[in-house]
Amino acid sequence: MQYERFLPYLLTMALVTYLVRAIPLVLIRRKIRNQFVLSFLHYMPYAVLSVMTVPAVFFVTNNIISAVAGVAVALVLAFHKKGLLTVAVGASAAVFLAELLLRVL
Amino acid sequence: MTAKTSFSQFFQGIHDGISICLGYFSVAFAFGIFAVSSGLTPLETIQISAANVTSAGQLAAVPVMLSGGTLIELALSQFIINLRYSLMSISLSQKLDSSVKLFHRFIIAFVNTDEVFAVASAKESVGKQYMFGLILTPYVGWTAGTAVGAFAGNVMPALVITALGIAIYGMFIAIVVPPARADRHILFCVCLSVALSCLFRFVPFLAKVQTGFVVIICSVLAAAVTAALFPAEEMKENNAV
Repeated sequence: MQYERFLPYLLTMALVTYLVRAIPLVLIRRKIRNQFVLSFLHYMPYAVLSVMTVPAVFFVTNNIISAVAGVAVALVLAFHKKGLLTVAVGASAAVFLAELLLRVL
Repeated sequence: MTAKTSFSQFFQGIHDGISICLGYFSVAFAFGIFAVSSGLTPLETIQISAANVTSAGQLAAVPVMLSGGTLIELALSQFIINLRYSLMSISLSQKLDSSVKLFHRFIIAFVNTDEVFAVASAKESVGKQYMFGLILTPYVGWTAGTAVGAFAGNVMPALVITALGIAIYGMFIAIVVPPARADRHILFCVCLSVALSCLFRFVPFLAKVQTGFVVIICSVLAAAVTAALFPAEEMKENNAV
């Protein structure tokens, strides 16, 4: 991508991300009382991460079988409340092994 | 406040930020590989990390940029994905003590990430020096990790890059699964999100919608429906991502 095309993207996302963080921290001192808004903000992170992960995660490897292996390992590790690093490395290792196996077979 | 105590508070913040820093390094490493293998240059990738410090937002931005999406689409997707930071900033503003002046709030806001917020919100109150220490180490880890991933991606075997490409999704799974396991309302929200997301990927007409808008539409819909059906009893910001 040409830098003249990249720069507007960079500035736009940096500005939006910063304002989303800064405006409430600088302006709002009172607690939010609206139940729906509170609930919405409570569920939002999980919705965003879920939407971004599925189905995209199944298409980041060379073969969907290795992606399934990676997701399966990640789910098992996360279900047992392992840390972010452990789950991420475990999923990568599973993909690595599955891709190796698929090449041999 | 004496200089010595303010320095020890700064050091305490650095110390508390180290575990965040290590976690960020590996995730940023994965982002660096992901962005460069997607088609951005290493320098562009590093600038994105240095200017944004947000994993999910950055990951969503890469395909929007490379597919030639509009600035509106990018801005809206960043707004929605990063909206949770507003909640954290509101909550964090109640924790800042009188040493934090208006100008300092503008700096702290820049690196008010999920993990920084989680550590700060566990404290009774936090001062300026502590917060500066707490945001410094994660910021260094995030930017340095991206740089190493972006440059090392060129010399690493293709198979390793493929394997590490899933790491950032592994982190997302690690964030979502434990609370979804403990709270069936969150589980409902996750299932609804996944179902909507798959609809927009596989239904021919819906699949034409740009990636950034898919994230917005699906997550707003899922979170709004869940919030309407199951109002959260209290704001559990410590569990928030």
